[in-house]
Amino acid sequence: MVKLTIPEEEYMLPGHVACQGCGATIAMRYLLKALGGKTIVSIPACCWAVIPGVYPSRTLEVPLLYTAFETTGASISGIRAALDMMGDTETTVVGFAGDGGTADIGLQSLSGAVERGENVIYVMYDNEAYMNTGIQRSSSTPAGAWTTTTPGGSKKEWKKRPKKSVIEIMIAHDIQYAATLTVSYPEDFIKKVKRAMEIKGPKFLQVLSPCPTGWKSDPAKAVELARLAVQSRVFPLYEFDHGKYKISMKPKQVPVREYLKPQGRFRHLTDEEIETIQMHTDEQWEILLAKEKFTNELYK
Amino acid sequence: MVKKVITGNGASANGARLAKPKVIAAYPITPQTSIIEKLALMVSNGELDAKFIKVESEHSAMAACIAAQNTGVRTYTASSSHGLALMHELLMWASGARLPIVMTDVNRAMGPPWSIWADQQDTIAQRDTGWIQFYVASNQEALDTIILAYKVAETVNLPAMSIEDAFILSHTMESVDIPEQETVDSFLPPYEPKFRLKVGEPMGFGSLVMPEGYMEFRYKISEAMDEARNVIRTVGKEFGETFGRKYGLVEEYKTDDAEVVLVIAGSVASTAMEVVDMMRDEGKKAGVLRIRSFRPFPYEEIRKVAKQAGLIGVFDRSYTGGFGGAIGTEVKGALYNSDASLPVKNYIAGLGGRDITPKVLRKIFEDMFESLNGGVKKEVEWVGLRDGSGRW
Ligand SMILES: Cc1ncc(C[n+]2csc(CCOP(=O)(O)OP(=O)(O)O)c2C)c(N)n1
Ligand SMILES: [Mg+2]
Repeated sequence: MVKLTIPEEEYMLPGHVACQGCGATIAMRYLLKALGGKTIVSIPACCWAVIPGVYPSRTLEVPLLYTAFETTGASISGIRAALDMMGDTETTVVGFAGDGGTADIGLQSLSGAVERGENVIYVMYDNEAYMNTGIQRSSSTPAGAWTTTTPGGSKKEWKKRPKKSVIEIMIAHDIQYAATLTVSYPEDFIKKVKRAMEIKGPKFLQVLSPCPTGWKSDPAKAVELARLAVQSRVFPLYEFDHGKYKISMKPKQVPVREYLKPQGRFRHLTDEEIETIQMHTDEQWEILLAKEKFTNELYK
Repeated sequence: MVKKVITGNGASANGARLAKPKVIAAYPITPQTSIIEKLALMVSNGELDAKFIKVESEHSAMAACIAAQNTGVRTYTASSSHGLALMHELLMWASGARLPIVMTDVNRAMGPPWSIWADQQDTIAQRDTGWIQFYVASNQEALDTIILAYKVAETVNLPAMSIEDAFILSHTMESVDIPEQETVDSFLPPYEPKFRLKVGEPMGFGSLVMPEGYMEFRYKISEAMDEARNVIRTVGKEFGETFGRKYGLVEEYKTDDAEVVLVIAGSVASTAMEVVDMMRDEGKKAGVLRIRSFRPFPYEEIRKVAKQAGLIGVFDRSYTGGFGGAIGTEVKGALYNSDASLPVKNYIAGLGGRDITPKVLRKIFEDMFESLNGGVKKEVEWVGLRDGSGRW
């Protein structure tokens, strides 16, 4: 007998306007399945400000507040405060923002909300660039990637510095719960959202969301690509739960080359550069393993 | 009713308390700080049943107020100068979303160079954000205007700002009537929005709209602003019946037979009124038209005064870097298509807290009489400049 772990309820209606193979759209669908209908969502400027459709149509079966690009943290704080004052402590308040709206322009308001201990869920759907405005680099764009503002050119200027780790910034806030998720592991996805719902206080979820348009990859392979990101350890799935790191899965390692190869944004990389990315990935994995070991010993 | 000697900021904090906002989100800036410190204490003491979100910036303050108000509760914030400028994007959002948020701005100069003193540049620069703007002239008015502003804002679904001068009001003690809560409650009913974020009613607030739809949203705001003009008059009258202090869009002082009228906003208007008395003792017919509501602009009141006056002077405590001050150009704009054809002279003064003494105002009135008889030689004049000319 198969145990169903993905709720059957749908909170996304047909008719959204996302690109084919959009990971962020799958992310919203799973998120709402896990959260259920007693949810209010706030969305800043990003692809998802367009995906639900043009006024007066809508794709989401939950109330939705659009907010300015850099304000998701403040916006969900305001909704929460108002609900609490109205005696509604049950409804889940969730912010759903892109990597640009989170790692860059909205980092301050997110930091404020988490430091204040707001009882909200913040979801960063991470497609690793500003996709709404046409694939410009964000601080969450990985090293080596092509974007329209890291175009290479004759000086070969692709993104130089590695991806900023927002989840580690959240952990530095002494957040109670933070986790990485992706759309190719729905059970893990749902489980983490449900765990976040159990905790009072700020929760942070970073969802790797492939963007075939921006990554220059096959829309049919979006879910596969996210799986390769996890298997290659480029995007490890883990939780930080009340001080303890827990790596969600330690699959057999796939070389990063396998993950980079199907993506046009990495096409220009030399063997040497891929080797550097491999080394960096391995180091980060070792650090993560050490953190898991250390924190689990510390908080036995 | 209790009479207390309190600062303008104390008055604003009490006005906010009496309006019973459920969510306050604010960030400190001189000279607004004592408003939010007082409110923080009121919330901590249980005197005010509200949640105070101690946000990390003014930008977030307004964003949080917007979200809370959209969820269905009354909200309040306060700021000044650079804080208000940082809010700009969200000020637009608040009016676009038709949220009757009320805030206090303590009028302060913009840097650089840094200046913390009275100046209207910060709020004048927000003229086009779709907020109702009230400039108050006393601490009593600061308290009253917040209560009145909520009623006006919630009637027309636009946000409103009560604006008090830095230090001259914010940190100066005056005797203020603090109304009873029951009286305020009878005047200002609980906030009941038509639409709000509500589980089970999945609406999207602020979604993308195509060029076929956008203009109508803006037209509705423009209609609401026009409606606000009348609502301010009726609510101001009702306020008078309830609290014994009546307010309109403007305050006229001896304009009925005035040959020259100075149009002016903020607390300096009271000094101007004293100077009018001095001038009248000497047989010179001067008057003052104090602008209380800058947005919506009281063009009818201005036209009425212009009908019988010989010259209008406009006092601007800010400048627009192009053609005089904003109130100056607005007054001229209001008169252009009316039957009045009288000269208008614009005076820029008191920037960055430069003291505006009765002596300075007297010189302005004298210059107005001179211009009435000899013609306006300089359309826009900076008053009190230490440029060595000795003119002022
Ligand atoms: C203050 C401000 N600056 C810039 C923009 C333009 N803008 C809209 S969405 C966006 C990029 C969003 O990127 P991200 O958050 O990663 O979401 P994505 O589009 O990738 O889904 C930008 C730059 C804006 N709306 N507001
Ligand atoms: Mg993005």
